[in-house]
Amino acid sequence: MAVKVLTGNYAVAEAVRLARVKVISAYPITPQTTIVEKLSEMVEHGIIDAKMIRVESEHAALATVFGAASAGARAFTATSSHGLLYMHEVVWWAAGARIPLVMAVVTRAIGPPWNIHVDHQDIFDQRDTGWLIAIAQENQEVLDLTLQAFKISEDPRVYLPMMVGLDGFILSHTMAPVDVPDQDEVDEWLPPRRQPYYIAPETEVVMGNIVPDEDYYMLRYSMHQAMEQAKRVIEEVDREYGERFGRSYGGLVECTMCTDAEYLIVIAGSWAGEAKVAAEKLREEGYRVGVARIRFIRPWPDEVIKELAGRVKGMVVFDRAISFGSRGPLFMEVASSLYGTANLRGVVAGLGGTDVTAEEIAGVVRDFASRVEEYGRVYEPLYWLLPAKYRSKVVEVRA
Amino acid sequence: MLVELRFHGRGGQGAVTAANILAAAAVSEGKYAQAFPYFGAERRGAPVEAYARVSDRPIERHSQVREPDIIVVLDPSIFELVDVTRGLKPQGLIIVNSTEAPIRGKWRVWCVDATGIARKLGLVVSGWPVVNTSMLGALARASGLVSVESVDKSIRSYFPGKLGDLNARAAREAFSAARPCWEPAS
Amino acid sequence: MAGVGGPRVEEPVGLFMAPVSKPAPGAVGRTGTWRDFRPVVDEAKCVKCLLCWLYCPEDTILRREDNMVYVDYEYCKGCGICANVCPVGAIEMVPEKR
Repeated sequence: MAVKVLTGNYAVAEAVRLARVKVISAYPITPQTTIVEKLSEMVEHGIIDAKMIRVESEHAALATVFGAASAGARAFTATSSHGLLYMHEVVWWAAGARIPLVMAVVTRAIGPPWNIHVDHQDIFDQRDTGWLIAIAQENQEVLDLTLQAFKISEDPRVYLPMMVGLDGFILSHTMAPVDVPDQDEVDEWLPPRRQPYYIAPETEVVMGNIVPDEDYYMLRYSMHQAMEQAKRVIEEVDREYGERFGRSYGGLVECTMCTDAEYLIVIAGSWAGEAKVAAEKLREEGYRVGVARIRFIRPWPDEVIKELAGRVKGMVVFDRAISFGSRGPLFMEVASSLYGTANLRGVVAGLGGTDVTAEEIAGVVRDFASRVEEYGRVYEPLYWLLPAKYRSKVVEVRA
Repeated sequence: MLVELRFHGRGGQGAVTAANILAAAAVSEGKYAQAFPYFGAERRGAPVEAYARVSDRPIERHSQVREPDIIVVLDPSIFELVDVTRGLKPQGLIIVNSTEAPIRGKWRVWCVDATGIARKLGLVVSGWPVVNTSMLGALARASGLVSVESVDKSIRSYFPGKLGDLNARAAREAFSAARPCWEPAS
Repeated sequence: MAGVGGPRVEEPVGLFMAPVSKPAPGAVGRTGTWRDFRPVVDEAKCVKCLLCWLYCPEDTILRREDNMVYVDYEYCKGCGICANVCPVGAIEMVPEKR
């Protein structure tokens, strides 16, 4: 175990090395590029015993990695934004084929207009695909989640691919101290790869043939059952990792300052750090605020959200994405767990990498809390926290 | 304790590396640190910024550094192009690669002739003197944020062999040579 | 013929923005400040072939009516392509004083 100062991208590379990945294929895209550069270096210097396959696009990259994984190799790819959209068809394919796989998604806004900074539009766009989806807050968690992704994805109760999100630039290109486990510690903890079937010249297996409609339905149904089982696997892996490596995050949701909280900030990603600072400030002002950081969007922590909502006066959900014509996606997930039993505000902020400070978050939560105190019943599904420079010029829309 | 820094330089001078080495030095002393560049295209010669945070507690903030405590300027010509004092806290500190204080305002300024030290040691790459490591030595002296020993060690972990020796030497020379060159009227 | 014409552009209604931009001088600022070297044209040697003007990636070599060229030092970044393509060596890259 050694503490190294690493960018989030390099933390991913370290995890891929430790997981003894055998096949890597990726196409460069800002801000993922340094993951692949570092992995290339590692392959070149024999630090990792893997094959690096160069391809012409992200669609090819995921298809390549999926092919290798189908044949039995532990495989990995990484992408972002437009690259993720480019491979979208294969994202669905890999999950439907039930082939365990791990992908890092460096979250980045989608154009036009061109934007290389963070938001969560790209990763939320994958919600329905059947992949497990996790988002990290810090570089340390990026390493831990990427490592755990192999164990979770390859668990026979799951057998679904998993993507690990890390915020573009904010984590991917920011240096921070990361505890890197030793190879032998990881070898003891991460079992050799397992998968439900494999395809090779000697096998007589075809994947993806036409099936009767009713069988298709049942195949989809079984994918969902795996998602439900994955909840337990995620909690187990998190606990065991904590015992072995000293770091546990609370499973599907990391709840900070929650025990006596009256209001919860529900949020995912690196800006949860800002939310925690905001909660501390609000506590100094007398508001009992906690932060429910969603680590896994899929499977959706339905039970956890229900349980938390039952204990508090209200929740403010922060989305770094918007489903145009509806609400923020994280808000919609939260609201769907609650059956109208909580005071809620859904905030959309930070799109395109717009900076969001702890003070701004605190302001929104403070305002919400005072409305709850005054009116008793508050439901605001779409609150736009506009960029500071436009705030006075455009009227905020409250749905 | 949370100290926020902003480094100013021209693309190619190593402002980003300076922030990274500072973070490594702080971590080696058991502190927590964060370092990141201005998130955008960088081009050799263009003004660039890099940022760092150092704390005794895990750092949760990830937003932009808006009110730095310390400004480090690698290239004095930057002053004409950029307002390096943007957001600088009232008790803030400016450390400049210069023989005299180029800015005489409300903040303390420390000077070091990092260009001179680099040239003297032959630390010149593609015609540009390598000043970032000297500036780290000056930063250690002026702020006490990290020790010069930690800076030395971290520099060596970034630059192997003789290059590491030379850069570490530059940092130590700058540590000795750095001096206050402007005190604000109080 | 009635009804035939180009696309019909009509003003949008409501809060509308489109990710469309138009050319404007120096959108990033005075990039001339980025220079390490500046191109200097020796008018006596110049044969007015306009190769430098054609090759300049930033449109900072301009031509006069008589096809003599001159440099826009506000924006020229000193990449040196002009000096490189000049067939008669009429452009020299001179270090910027700093």
